[in-house]
Amino acid sequence: MPPDEDTIAVLEARAQDVRRDIVQMLAKAKSGHPGGSLSCADIVVALYFHVMRHDPHRPDWPDRDRFLMSKGHCAPTWYSVLARAGYFPMKWLDDLRKLNSPLQGHPDFLKTPGVEMSSGSLGQGLSIANGMALAARLDGRSYRVYVLLGDGEIQEGQVWEAAMTSAHHKLDNLCAIIDNNGLQIDGRTDEVKSLGSIPAKWESFDWNVIEVDGHSMAALLTAFEAARAVKHRPTVIVARTVKGKGVSFMEHVVDYHGVAPTEQECARALAEMS
Amino acid sequence: MNMGEIRIMPKRGEKIATRDAYGDALVRLGERNPNIVVLDADLAKSTKTIKFKKKFPERFFDLGIAEADMMGTAAGLAAAGKVAFASTFAIFATGRAWEQIRNSICYTNLHVTVAASHAGIAVGPDGSSHQSIEDIALMRVIPNMKVVVPADAVETDKAVAALVETPGPAYLRLGRSGVPVIYEEDYEFALGKASVLRDGSDLTIIAIGAMVHAALSAAQALLQEGISARVVNMSTVKPLDRDAILSAVSETGAIVAAEEHSVIGGLGSAVSEVVCELAPAPVIRVGVRDRFGQSGEPGELMAAYGLTASDIVEAAREAVTKKATAK
Repeated sequence: MPPDEDTIAVLEARAQDVRRDIVQMLAKAKSGHPGGSLSCADIVVALYFHVMRHDPHRPDWPDRDRFLMSKGHCAPTWYSVLARAGYFPMKWLDDLRKLNSPLQGHPDFLKTPGVEMSSGSLGQGLSIANGMALAARLDGRSYRVYVLLGDGEIQEGQVWEAAMTSAHHKLDNLCAIIDNNGLQIDGRTDEVKSLGSIPAKWESFDWNVIEVDGHSMAALLTAFEAARAVKHRPTVIVARTVKGKGVSFMEHVVDYHGVAPTEQECARALAEMS
Repeated sequence: MNMGEIRIMPKRGEKIATRDAYGDALVRLGERNPNIVVLDADLAKSTKTIKFKKKFPERFFDLGIAEADMMGTAAGLAAAGKVAFASTFAIFATGRAWEQIRNSICYTNLHVTVAASHAGIAVGPDGSSHQSIEDIALMRVIPNMKVVVPADAVETDKAVAALVETPGPAYLRLGRSGVPVIYEEDYEFALGKASVLRDGSDLTIIAIGAMVHAALSAAQALLQEGISARVVNMSTVKPLDRDAILSAVSETGAIVAAEEHSVIGGLGSAVSEVVCELAPAPVIRVGVRDRFGQSGEPGELMAAYGLTASDIVEAAREAVTKKATAK
């Protein structure tokens, strides 16, 4: 069933709130990664506020769906979403990247409620997601595992080792999402090291592939629903996104991969997003 | 179907590879504990995880030739509540997948034992590409990591059992070649506790793995020369039993550290760190002297690389002389 317009509108508004949080958090922290955090906001909001079965009051509920952020540098998105979902107070967002803060520069699952797994070193999340999906099968549990990867991240060889594992075990309880914003630190992905056809690569690894506009809430929800229905194969959703999405002067600009907005830029961005 | 626990106890002196004892321990413990899962990277026949695979195929995962992926998968299984053992050769586990062990397993403090076989130079004819002489250094430097190097089959069995019961990451170092059984069945293994195998007053030989048996032979030989050597099996290299080292210094005044590993970064270094900081005394290291191995039979290699009982004897003489000169 296609999602209704009200649901979509609510989720879109949430995503906009999350983008505002991201810009503010990073401006306060004076370091971090705005570009990719903004490009994946719609995806993470769709998962936590519509798709996933989870309970902020029971972060260790054994039957919860799991979300892993393999592209760990986009932690601000996750933190904002978790705070807004009720895993911890919004106030925590002020201390991102500060000494003794529960919100580390990259996700630390021992420090932050709701963070399912630590990450930051790229390429490792899909293997871990496979382990969780295999455990679900062993334990006869029905939870699903979602893992978000960057497009540049799939240059890491371990991703393809893991992609073979997911397909070999026919992990239909696993869904990977690729935030395909086309940029990485050193430039465009096709300049740095071409990814070729991302969908064709995953198809050849025996994955079910869905391509969507990663900023269309309706398309994302439909894709997640379709992924759930697929049996005996893992699904990857290749989400075409815009790096820096929502902030005009950051969109498509590679320099905002890992540079935080200044106070002035933050004010400008918030004005645009109000 | 549980057939009950069948254990054929190793006899003292019998030569058994610690990897074999590891495989048997997994099967024994796997029967009791349905939470144990075992992973391998296409070396199950060599690491002996194949024994577990045969018995519990549903709890065994062969990740193929993909060590990094294996470590991550083990982390995921452990995060979902499993007690995971991930096995391959020591060089591939600790070298190829070091950063996965560091970030996915240790930083997250997950209950994964990286149980690596074919450690050390006695791997033999496969040669240097397969002989891990750096693994203890690589593993002990990581926070949260425990490092255990069993000396024989009995200790391996008990160490595996202890690691099942102790949450958090661990590195278990296993050998390819048979080593004589030293311990009786009633040996009480405790993580982080050294075991004194023989008392002595002139020096202490602290050894691990295959070098423990060599240390016992050395101590016997030294007695002929009127040198009384204590022999300590420091099977937990991390957390290190500082008290055992400090007693060795205060009661015997000199130490020889013996390991089938580089003299850089392993047991000898760990012992030296404690001794230098807390109770300066001569420490002579027996180990591979900063060079790569080569092909050869295990016994030939141990001799060629200075890892025999007579190398320990020589080091012991040096240690005792140094102690006397220092006075």
